[in-house]
Amino acid sequence: MSPSSANPATASERPASALHLAVALDGTGWHPASWREPVARPRDLFTARYWADLVTEAEHGLLDFVTLEDGLGPQSSHFLDPDERTDQVRGRLDAVLVASRVAPLTRHIGLVPTVVATHTEPFHISKAIATLDYVSTGRAGLRVQITARPNEAAHFGRRTLERIDSYDPPLPPVVSELFDEAADHVEVVRRLWDSWEDDAEIRDVATGRFIDRDKLHYIDFQGRHFSVKGPSITPRPPQGQPLVTALAHATVPYRLVARAADVGYVTPHDAGQARAIVAEIRAEQDAAGRSAEPLHVFGDLVVFLDDDPGAARARRERLDALAGEPYTSDALVFTGTPAQLADQLQELQSAGLTGFRLRPAVAGHDLPAITRGLVPELQRRGAFRRAYEADTLRGLLGLARPANRYAAA
Amino acid sequence: MSKPLKQIHLAAHFPGVNNTTVWSDPRAGSHIAFDSFVHFARTAERAKFDFLFLAEGLRLREQGGRIYDLDVVGRPDTFTVLAALAAVTDRLGLTGTINSTFNEPYEVARQFASLDHLSDGRSAWNVVTSWDAFTGENFRRGGFLPQDERYSRAKEFLATAHELFDSWQGDEIVADQATGTFLRDAQAGAFVHHGKHFDIHGRFNVPRSPQGRPVIFQAGDSDEGREFAAAEADAIFSRYGTLEAGQAFYTDVKSRLAKYGRRPDQLLILPAATFALADTDAEAEELAREVRRQQVSGATALKHLEFVWNRDLSGYDPEGPLPDVDPDVDTDHIARGRAQVRMYRDPLATAREWRELAAANNWSIRDLVIHTGNRQNFVGSPSTIAKTLNEYVQADASDGFILVPHITPTGLDEFADKVVPLLQEQGVFRTDYEGTTLRDHLGLAHPDETREHRAAS
Repeated sequence: MSPSSANPATASERPASALHLAVALDGTGWHPASWREPVARPRDLFTARYWADLVTEAEHGLLDFVTLEDGLGPQSSHFLDPDERTDQVRGRLDAVLVASRVAPLTRHIGLVPTVVATHTEPFHISKAIATLDYVSTGRAGLRVQITARPNEAAHFGRRTLERIDSYDPPLPPVVSELFDEAADHVEVVRRLWDSWEDDAEIRDVATGRFIDRDKLHYIDFQGRHFSVKGPSITPRPPQGQPLVTALAHATVPYRLVARAADVGYVTPHDAGQARAIVAEIRAEQDAAGRSAEPLHVFGDLVVFLDDDPGAARARRERLDALAGEPYTSDALVFTGTPAQLADQLQELQSAGLTGFRLRPAVAGHDLPAITRGLVPELQRRGAFRRAYEADTLRGLLGLARPANRYAAA
Repeated sequence: MSKPLKQIHLAAHFPGVNNTTVWSDPRAGSHIAFDSFVHFARTAERAKFDFLFLAEGLRLREQGGRIYDLDVVGRPDTFTVLAALAAVTDRLGLTGTINSTFNEPYEVARQFASLDHLSDGRSAWNVVTSWDAFTGENFRRGGFLPQDERYSRAKEFLATAHELFDSWQGDEIVADQATGTFLRDAQAGAFVHHGKHFDIHGRFNVPRSPQGRPVIFQAGDSDEGREFAAAEADAIFSRYGTLEAGQAFYTDVKSRLAKYGRRPDQLLILPAATFALADTDAEAEELAREVRRQQVSGATALKHLEFVWNRDLSGYDPEGPLPDVDPDVDTDHIARGRAQVRMYRDPLATAREWRELAAANNWSIRDLVIHTGNRQNFVGSPSTIAKTLNEYVQADASDGFILVPHITPTGLDEFADKVVPLLQEQGVFRTDYEGTTLRDHLGLAHPDETREHRAAS
C-alpha cells in the first residue's frame, strides 16, 4: 500500500459527505457541575469500570476514537493557577493507563490519551504509546499538550516557568518555546517508533541471531531541550506510526499541527472561522512540505443534547445555576437536538473540517445522546459509517500505514 | 515441637531479554504481542500465583560497539502492559520494574497510584537504579548521576513517592451531589519535599489507591541494596536460588530488619528460579542439558566469554579451546547495558580459573560457558520439583520463588498443571485466593495499619 496522496476529505472510498466523530472524555463531563447530575457516577471516577463503560458506549456508536484528558496537577477553575475549590471534581488517573486498561475490553475504537510534553521523557512516552498500540492491536494515538502552569513545573522541580497572564495571542515567548519543545518531543516519539524496521526480528536459528541489527536505527536526535540516542526498546508498533493529535487555537500551535500531527482539533465558532483556520493550517502544511500527506482538521464542540431543544437548554441552565456561573468554553457550545447538531456539523464540514471531536457536557447523558441520537441521524443522512470498516485507527481515518523513514527504499 | 509449615509464595517472571529465554524453540511465541502476555498472566492466575513480574531495560544492550542480537531484543512499556493485563485478570498481582534514575517521583507516583486503582489494588513496584551515561543517552538529563549516589537518589525517590501516595488519606472524596461538596479538604494531595535530589511542592492529583501504596520490591544485591531493602521494601527479588546461598542471603537480610523496627515476616525473600520439568527425573535431567545447550549457542558462548576477556573473540572456534591471550583489563568494557559483567571483579583470575577448569574436563569454550553458567534451579519430575521447592522454603532459603520459564508464553503451563496441585496437596500453597489485593496474597499489612502500629509502639 502506497501512502495516499489525497486529503482524507476527498478519499475516494468514503462518501464525500462522510465525517469522522471522536469524543473527548474528561471526568464526569466538560461542565464543571456535571458531576452533580444523577447519571454522573462521580464516586466511580477512579475505577476501571467507569472508563470501560464510557468507552464501550462510544464504541457502540461506531465512533472513530475517544480522547482522554490528563494533566500533571489537579484540575483548576483558573487557566494557569491552581485553585482551592471543593465543589468540583479534582483528581484523575493517568490517561495512558486508563486507555490501556480499556483496550482489551474493546475491539474497534481508537484510544487517544493526552500526554503532556512539557515535563515528560519522549523515550518513555514513545514506548508507552507503542505498547498501547500493541495491547489494542493498532488503535493507539496520543494527544500532545503543553503546560505553562508554574505550579505543575514545581511538581517536577526541574525548571521554573515564568508566570504568564494567558495563552491568548500574541503568545508569550515562554509559550512559543514550550510549543517548540513539544514539536521536538513529537519528532523524537515518531523517530523512536520508526527506530525498528518492521521485519527487524528475524529469529535466524542457523546464525543464532534474534534480530537483524542493521534494521534497528539510532535516532540521534539533538535539540535544545533534550538529546535522545535510541533505538526504542519497543519494536515498531502495529500501525507503524500511532496517531498524533493536538488541540490548537493560534498560529504557533496550528504550525505544530501542520508539521507534526495526523489530526488537529480547532475551535471555530462558525463556518467562516472554520474556513479561515483550515486555510491557515493548509498553508502551514504546504510550507512544511507536507501537502501530500493526509491531515485531518476536526472541529471541537461542547454539546448539551436532548430530543427536545427546551430540555437541553433547561439542563444547561440547571448546571450553570449549580456551578454559580454560565458555562464558557474555548470551543463552540452547542445546545439542542441531535438533528440540529447534525445540521451544524454538516455546515462546518462544508467549510473544510473533516470531522469533529465532541465534548459531552455530561458524560453519562450527552455521550449516549451522541451514540444513540446523533449517530443514527448522521447515518440516515449518509454522513457516518454503519459499521467499522477497518481494524486500525489509522484505517478508520483513511490514513495509510506509513513507510518507515529509516528503511532503505 | 515442629515449626508450622510456611506457605509458599509463587510468582511468574515473563521471559525476558536474557539467554535463559530460548527463542529458537519451535514453540516459542511472540515476546511483544499482547496475546503472549495474556496467556502467561492467565496461566499464572489459574495456578493462583501471587503475581506476575516484568523486568525493564531502557537502552538496548551493545557489545563490541553494536547492538547485541543473540538474545530476545525488544519489550513493551512496563506500566502500559500491566494496566492492560489488569483487564484480563482479576486477582493476580502486577509487579513492574521501574527505574528511579531516569524518572521523576510525581510522574511515577501517579502511574503506580493509577495502576493500583485500575487493578483494584494489585500493583507492585520493583525499584531499581542505574547511573550509566550509556542509558542516560536516551533521557533529558543524560548520565547525570555519580555511581555512588544512585542509592541515595533511589531512597529519596522512594521516600518522595511515599509522601505523594500519603498526601491523600482516602476519605477526601465525598462527591455529595445534593450539597455540592466533592472534596472534603481543599488541600487534598498537598505535599512539600525539600531534599538533596528533589525539591518539589504542590498537590498530587491521584486520590489514595486501594493498597495505599504499591507493594515495594528491591532487587539490588550490594550491601547498600540489602540495607535499602531492609529499611524500605516489602519483598526482595534476589538471585540466590540455591539452598546454601539462599539461606545465607535470607539470614543476612532478615537479620537487618530489627534495627528498622520491622519483623522478619514484613520482608519477603523471593529469588528468581528457573526449572526443567519432565515426567521423570531422568527425562528432566536430559531436558535440562538440552535447554542449556539451546541457551548457550556457539555464538552466545563467545559473547559470554567476552564478558570476562573484554576482547573481540569472534575469530575463535566455540567448539575449540579457550583463548591463550589474557583479558583486557585496561579499556572500557566491550559489553554495555549489562549489569552481569560487574560480577567478574578480577577477570585475570577468572580467566586462569576457567582455563584450568576447561583443561581438566576437556571442555570447549561452549562447554565451559554451559557449565559455569547457571544451571536450572529445579530439575525433575513434578513430585521432585514440588518436594525440593517446598524443602527450600521450609529451610528458609526463601519465602517462595519468582519462576522464570524458558519458553514464551507457554513455559509456565506445565508447572501450573502438574507442580502446583502437588504443592496444594501438601498444604503449602493456596487452593484459591483468599483476598483481593496483592498485599492480601503476600500477607502484608496495609500501610495505614503499619503506620498505626509503628505509632503505637
